Amino acid sequence: MATLELQSLQKTFGATTVLHGIDLALADGEMLVIVGASGCGKSTLLRLVAGLESPSAGRILLDGADITDRDPSRRDIAMVFQNYALYPHMSVFDNMGYGLKLKGLDRATIKSKIEIAAETLGLTPLLARKPRELSGGQRQRVAMGRAIVREPKLFLFDEPLSNLDAKLRVQVRADIRKLQKRLNITSLYVTHDQVEAMTLADRLIVMHQGRAAQIATPIEVFDKPATMYVASFIGEPAMNFCAATITQNGRAAKLDAGPELTFTAGPRTAPDGTKITLGIRAQHATIASGPNSIPLAVEFAEPLGSETLLHGTLPNTTPFTLRVTSPAPTDHTIPIEIPPHHIHVFDPTTGTRMDPA
Amino acid sequence: MERRTLFAGWMLPAVLVAPQLAITVLFFLLPAWRAFGESVRATDAFGLNSSFVGLANFAELFQSSTYQAALVRTFVFCIAVTCLAMGFGLLLASFANRAIRGARVYRILLIWPYAIAPAIASVIFVFLLQPQIGLLTNLFGRLGLDFNYATHADQAFLLVIVIAAWKQVSYNFIFYLAGLQSVPRSVIEAATLDGARGFYRFRTMIFPLLAPTTFFLIIVNIVYAAFDTFALIFALTAGGPGTATETLVVKVYRDGILNLDIGGSAAQSIILMVIIIGLTTIQFRYTGKRAG
Ligand SMILES: Nc1ncnc2c1ncn2[C@@H]1O[C@H](COP(=O)(O)OP(=O)(O)OP(=O)(O)O)[C@@H](O)[C@H]1O
Ligand SMILES: [Mg+2]
Repeated sequence: MATLELQSLQKTFGATTVLHGIDLALADGEMLVIVGASGCGKSTLLRLVAGLESPSAGRILLDGADITDRDPSRRDIAMVFQNYALYPHMSVFDNMGYGLKLKGLDRATIKSKIEIAAETLGLTPLLARKPRELSGGQRQRVAMGRAIVREPKLFLFDEPLSNLDAKLRVQVRADIRKLQKRLNITSLYVTHDQVEAMTLADRLIVMHQGRAAQIATPIEVFDKPATMYVASFIGEPAMNFCAATITQNGRAAKLDAGPELTFTAGPRTAPDGTKITLGIRAQHATIASGPNSIPLAVEFAEPLGSETLLHGTLPNTTPFTLRVTSPAPTDHTIPIEIPPHHIHVFDPTTGTRMDPA
Repeated sequence: MERRTLFAGWMLPAVLVAPQLAITVLFFLLPAWRAFGESVRATDAFGLNSSFVGLANFAELFQSSTYQAALVRTFVFCIAVTCLAMGFGLLLASFANRAIRGARVYRILLIWPYAIAPAIASVIFVFLLQPQIGLLTNLFGRLGLDFNYATHADQAFLLVIVIAAWKQVSYNFIFYLAGLQSVPRSVIEAATLDGARGFYRFRTMIFPLLAPTTFFLIIVNIVYAAFDTFALIFALTAGGPGTATETLVVKVYRDGILNLDIGGSAAQSIILMVIIIGLTTIQFRYTGKRAG
């Protein structure tokens, strides 16, 4: 129901800078997922938008209006907390009605709105209960209900599924997505679970040490990671990295571990001899013996049912993980090939992606 | 977590428990038994003979207008002290919970009054308010206020209320501060995002979550005001002027020790004991239920 724009938003706690200037724009009805390792500033970013912390610099625009200094109670933003933060002394009905009452709605309107929201979330039989009489999943739904019933301009979610068991998480994840799409509410969603991030997001923001490492659609983040950090953070298992050197006027790279690979997407601008890092996902390398194959010394295998992960090292002791779907070979050393069209090229000093000119 | 220690034999445990038992027997059970014995007897005018009179002492008490007046006075005193002490305790705790700089100093200063002996507290206020030479009396005088708690009954009553409350604020402050700090921050934040602010948020969110603390403190404060303020009142006004500050505990002392009505005084003590047992039971019930 609204657009959100963050302009070089910064946050400093004492001497430590937690956010180094975040720029972001959310379209109306967009679901943007914030992912990143623990402590990278995800919650801080969300709390700044909510107004629970005030930024050290930068601006927040909601629907074009500057709300940077607006009191959190006046922002018309709803947040689902990790621990749900239900009002312990109030029934489910009153939990959902608290914000509506504060909006000045009359009793009958409040009642009908709560009933509709409760019906949507399957909370109708629970309306009279207190939070302590609910299961974790039910509490989560009440927290959702409390947020949606107010029809806010913006939804904020701070790891709302992390206290649920794995199975319920998958189900609630789908429910949240459906609900968000149907209500068309602009949302910011924090998680450190990359599956959750990939499945929920219209766009992702991958955060690293207080900076936005990449802001793009999930597919783009996966196919064209902007930095080595993003490449290793998104995708399971993490991407393999091999040291290499530019050759043939930027048209190929010679792996330290052996073969020379010709870039299929086009030449890189760097001069020959430039040190680069090649990234290759575990599922993209193949078992094959040919002129370009590299021997992989397998150290251990992790069978995952439909597939197996083989962990080992290349001849120059670079660690390498290979994902195979066929029955895993039991040999100690297997020949692998790296298909050139699947490689990602990074500058090892800055960690940024090097695309063809 | 329950901690249990196992002793071999019974000698050591007995020795360890003995002092506490001795104190209980010597200073509580024996006097209580004596009081009970005296409460059903009457002593003659010379204090030589006493005879069994059954419940006559109690009957007399409830017909006595001075006793009824003391009962009402104590009731008003308790309510006033409890409200004042708890109100200020909560107010100061709310500030302390919010304060960031200097919070520790602020807390320590607020806890001080609790560490002062009741009689000393009264002496401090005597210095301030003594009718002839008190510092504040002087100031009041200049403002045209005739302050003399030794002659003005209502001023004396107000004064003992204020001092009794002042001494108890620290206690309430500590408990309320602990209570406030255990209110989950995210709940308050959720209420804020729901649009609640200021006093409304306090009234609908924080105060209800403090209800267990409030209940506990109400009982403690009533017990304090009714029974623990003897030294304070006695050192300041000794119950006067007239009977203006004579609460039930003060009356027990005045009737028994000063006026030598041992039987009537003992009967009053028994009534007080019953009240205190009642209040303590309510509190134990309640806290027991919470712990269980
Ligand atoms: N009030 C505060 N005072 C000082 N430092 C803080 C404060 N709040 C957060 N930080 C610091 O800011 C950094 C980012 O914290 P934040 O809570 O945003 O991390 P996060 O990305 O949400 O992590 P997680 O995934 O573990 O929840 C952390 O290093 C944290 O120690
Ligand atoms: Mg967090």
